[in-house]
Amino acid sequence: MLITCPYCGPRDVIEFTYQGDGNRERPQPASQNLDAWNAYVYDRLNPAGDHNEIWQHSGGCRAHLKVVRNTLTHDISSVAFARGDHKAAARHKAEGKA
Amino acid sequence: MVERQSPLELAPLEPELRTGSHGDFEHGIDVILSETRPGSILQLAAWPGQEKKLISGIRTVTGLALPDGAGAGSTDGVRSVFGFAPGKFTVVDGAEGLASAFANVVTPAIGTVTDLSHGRTAIRIAGPKAEWVLAKLFAIDFALPAFPVGAGRSTMHHDVFAQIQRTGADQFDIYVFRSFARSFWKALCHASEEVGYEVQ
Ligand SMILES: [Zn+2]
Repeated sequence: MLITCPYCGPRDVIEFTYQGDGNRERPQPASQNLDAWNAYVYDRLNPAGDHNEIWQHSGGCRAHLKVVRNTLTHDISSVAFARGDHKAAARHKAEGKA
Repeated sequence: MVERQSPLELAPLEPELRTGSHGDFEHGIDVILSETRPGSILQLAAWPGQEKKLISGIRTVTGLALPDGAGAGSTDGVRSVFGFAPGKFTVVDGAEGLASAFANVVTPAIGTVTDLSHGRTAIRIAGPKAEWVLAKLFAIDFALPAFPVGAGRSTMHHDVFAQIQRTGADQFDIYVFRSFARSFWKALCHASEEVGYEVQ
């Protein structure tokens, strides 16, 4: 499986660290909404298909990335910086090939 | 600055850096390995939105212009610079003291300067088979159109993080953690055996 890092280009998955489900929304730290915390910690969509994920290019530029991966085919259809302000530095468009 | 000792020459009984010809050198020497021992190895990082100011500060101090694009870089043989991550750059100088030269240029409002001179070991591989040998160790494209002269790459070899800059058509400078330098050097020597190598 290859992930095309927006900064580094296509790299083997071994250079990346999975940082979890990208659909979660973390409640404000002071929040006492137990349902919201429960959903953040436990609820997962677990789709058979495209899945929003957070990965870190830990063996490369160390950027955190928003990745859409197909859980059936490992096809990567989209990669973007998790922090949105590095568009100028991007060299590689996501090629969507797993 | 305290005097530095090469990690490749630390063990007096079994120094890893053995100058001379090795491997299959009878059919020619196709790569030359050396430790470049730059006096300064710095990591510069720009705060969001401050990247252009940092790049112009690098030009002010080193005289090196950074081309546009991720991983772009340049070298004049003594000083080198390349991007290794969004908004982050490695800057190298043969002489010591580069960090203090940046002190008044990269202000706290622009970004940070981290002196890694003692934390990294710089290894150079040069020669017609340099691309071939490195391609056995790293899963990135070393062909000249994909990896132009001056450009840098962040990658790893067996979980050992490495920054690689192409400093010539057939020459690469590799920056590894000092604590991994001996094992990486050994792996590089083994990988070079089949093409014949000389240690300088
Ligand atoms: Zn990357």
